[in-house]
Amino acid sequence: MRQFLFRSVLVLCLGASPWGHAAIDPTEKLARENVAFAILAPETEQAERVEALAQTPAPILAGIFDAWQREKIFIYQAPDGTRLPFQLFQPSEASPDVQAIRIDNGEPLVGPDGAPFIFDPAAHKPVETFSKLRRAMRSTTDLLALADPAPAIRQSAIQKLGMKQSPDGLPILNRRLEVEEDRAVRENILDAIALINLASPDPQLQIAALGQLKKSLSIPSKDLVGKMVENEKLPAEVRKAATATLKAIDNHLFWVDFFGTIFRGVSLGSVLLVVALGLAITFGLMGVINMAHGEIMVVGGYATYLVQCIFGAGIALAPFGLSVNIPGFNFDPNSGIYQSYFIVALPFAFLSAAAVGILLERGVIQFLYRRPLESLLATWGVSLVLQQLFRLIFGPANAPVYSPAWLLGSFSVGDVIMNYNRVFVILFAIFIVVGTALLLSKTPIGLLIRAVMQDRTTAACMGVRTKKVNMLTFAFGSGLAGLAGAFLSQIGNIGPSTGQTYIVDAFMVVVVGGVGNLIGTVISALGIGTIDQILQTWLRNPVIGKVLVLVGIILFLQWKPSGLFATKGRGLEN
Amino acid sequence: MKPDITRREWIIGGIAAALLILVIPALNAFVPEGSFFHVTNFNINLWGQYLCLAIVAVSIDLLWGYTGLLSLGQMLFFSLGGYALGMHLMLMIGKLGQYKSNLPDFMVFLGYPRLPAHWEPFYSFTFSMLAVLWTPGLVALIFGYLAFRSRIRGVYFSILTQALTYAACLLFFRNELTLGGNNGFTDFKTLLAFDLGRPSTQRGLYIASAVALVLVYMFCRWLTLTKFGKVQRAIRDSENRVLFSGYAAANFKLFVFVVAGMIAGLAGALYVPQVGIINPSQMEPAKSLEAIVWVAVGGRATLLGPIIGAIGVNGLKSWASQAFPAYWPIFLGGMFVIVVLFMPKGIVGLPEQVRTWWERRQRARLPDEPAAPTPPVKEVES
Repeated sequence: MRQFLFRSVLVLCLGASPWGHAAIDPTEKLARENVAFAILAPETEQAERVEALAQTPAPILAGIFDAWQREKIFIYQAPDGTRLPFQLFQPSEASPDVQAIRIDNGEPLVGPDGAPFIFDPAAHKPVETFSKLRRAMRSTTDLLALADPAPAIRQSAIQKLGMKQSPDGLPILNRRLEVEEDRAVRENILDAIALINLASPDPQLQIAALGQLKKSLSIPSKDLVGKMVENEKLPAEVRKAATATLKAIDNHLFWVDFFGTIFRGVSLGSVLLVVALGLAITFGLMGVINMAHGEIMVVGGYATYLVQCIFGAGIALAPFGLSVNIPGFNFDPNSGIYQSYFIVALPFAFLSAAAVGILLERGVIQFLYRRPLESLLATWGVSLVLQQLFRLIFGPANAPVYSPAWLLGSFSVGDVIMNYNRVFVILFAIFIVVGTALLLSKTPIGLLIRAVMQDRTTAACMGVRTKKVNMLTFAFGSGLAGLAGAFLSQIGNIGPSTGQTYIVDAFMVVVVGGVGNLIGTVISALGIGTIDQILQTWLRNPVIGKVLVLVGIILFLQWKPSGLFATKGRGLEN
Repeated sequence: MKPDITRREWIIGGIAAALLILVIPALNAFVPEGSFFHVTNFNINLWGQYLCLAIVAVSIDLLWGYTGLLSLGQMLFFSLGGYALGMHLMLMIGKLGQYKSNLPDFMVFLGYPRLPAHWEPFYSFTFSMLAVLWTPGLVALIFGYLAFRSRIRGVYFSILTQALTYAACLLFFRNELTLGGNNGFTDFKTLLAFDLGRPSTQRGLYIASAVALVLVYMFCRWLTLTKFGKVQRAIRDSENRVLFSGYAAANFKLFVFVVAGMIAGLAGALYVPQVGIINPSQMEPAKSLEAIVWVAVGGRATLLGPIIGAIGVNGLKSWASQAFPAYWPIFLGGMFVIVVLFMPKGIVGLPEQVRTWWERRQRARLPDEPAAPTPPVKEVES
């Protein structure tokens, strides 16, 4: 450990410091000097000085507090007697580079001879914290957060202050209200002030506060308002106002839950749709039961994983006792080029899954077009083989696929929280469905596909090369499965047996939608997804919800045995 | 299919049955341990399990080979039978469990105050054995009624049975079902006051399984020879013609489905005391598909095929999953693909397949001789 620290410090001090010591802005400089002062202060004064830091806010402080609490701050005793606090800094968890950074100016610490300082973990003890000091740091962090440039952080800090219901918060909030420009944050401040006023002894103030909360339909205040409704010591008119506010909030909450469930249902339905669309092509249009569809989807997921690894540090695989090293580009994880790996992964996932699909069609399925039950069994055998191959190549654990930053996070519309990745899935599903529909209905290859699917023999008589069309259709269906796998890697796990979890659902979607019908697939995927979510929220039990959906599907088929949109035909065997 | 059972079949069948029921247990009980002919206690237990699986395979064949219904949920019925007897076995543990309570261990662990009411009747062995038959039978009846009434056939039927199994599997993993959640039932002590740990009890269970297999075989052999059996095969080959001839095909299918479910349940009940555990993983969809492999490998639409397939594939599995654990699934899957593609009639049909191939080759070599017109091979709708 010591060895490795030595080396890393030396290496890094030759390069540029990530802290950019060239130009440090004056507020940060002041904050740094003050916090260094606080660290060096005697223990009895530390808490007070930390609280005083709220007067000189700077974003850097939160990080320093964090390092302090995690015992990563040390004091360097210079030969001339000056004491310099410094912090150990590691650019990333995996990186071996550790640096000593001075707290007071953010520059790398150097010895008296100008040589880089070498950190010795045995000789330095971290600066300790104690509970009073930690409390002071927390409250200072909260106050600092009020001035944070990111509105989301300001909002949560404001809310925290309001929920405390301590009158000490009022002047702080009022001061902030004067300078705050963001409208949503202003609204939050008003809510927080109202929350604090709820606890005030003056009934007029309480009623006004309740009015504000009723107007803003603030969900976090629900519990506090609810307590006021039950509190019999309060004057009647206050309780009446509280009841009205509670009712309004409850009503609002119901709709938020409702739309939230619908949103989650539609996004789940979109995942199902992307998974089932490939199946609708191979099963619905071609009449081939591909039990390995789930595994082909997982191929897409692993393709995404590989692309991610190639953009990063590369990957070492050891299938069948061989060792295969795939080098990576080592792009910086925060750079735009690394973040865009997913865009590259999409076509790669499509193509690799399509390639596996072609192999499967040429190797197995082409012999079984007239024997659907047997194609079911043979492809199940293939799925077993593929699952075990995944296990041997990528290991039994799930592959860690990280979402790019632009798919993380969420936004909210009227308190309904929408995650970017869920929105993305919905948009992508729309894109794929429209693309598939256009391909089938507007292009020459689509015409050939439809012709072969309707009547293989007649199409062959008309000179269509049915073998080739079959192969391409199957490859296209498999490619769609690969895209679905790329998606699942963003919102779920990709592992050797992931395919098995989705295959039953995907078949259900196709069967309910009506075999051979894309619109039916869309409606049934969205319907099943939404009903599944509603039942899950309602019963608070995902398994019973799922079982009920399956039972519901069986009953539904009593009513419409060939699905929502049955292909009309006069054939008896259809 | 021959109209009646020949004397030769009676003799060969009788010898095979006697071998299974009498000779193998005798080799275990009376031949001294060092002898070449001695069958170890371990093997008698293992063979007992194989025979139970063979019973399930026969039930699958009755559905798939003879009626054309590919059910991907036969292991669900197997597990239901197993659970029904398992409940009885759990109650028979009594105070011998880890918690020294009258309640089964998992109930103590989950904090049940007393035994749930629907567990009470399972103190009776007779009731439990009846439940082994009627639980799977009832589930098969309800599901089959709904499925056949709306004329769900072919692959749709297969997919729905798989969905049913999947749903049941999810349900059995929950503790709320009061059936032990994902741990299921285990640590059985006695059955009808016989200690399950003793070799003689295991031998008894082996004999019971062998007798059951022989009886099931005889029943199916008889059933497929009757007029019912003819209608059954007619449904497999062309359901619409059967319908137009005035037969209620749905009722025939429902009957076969329920009977097959009950046979599978019986197999499960015999299997559980021999392996000593039953849990929801037994009804995972993959297990049912694995059972289909036995039938396909052995040869469907023959009653002997599934028995050979079940014993053969499971024997291979016992060996290969020890010797090459990483490659066994690849091997199993690959075997399945090859059997489906190249050996549609399985092991039992292999000699005939080789003979046809050989004859064709011979004819190709003698181009002078006018080849006898081969009757057109009608493809069996499956």
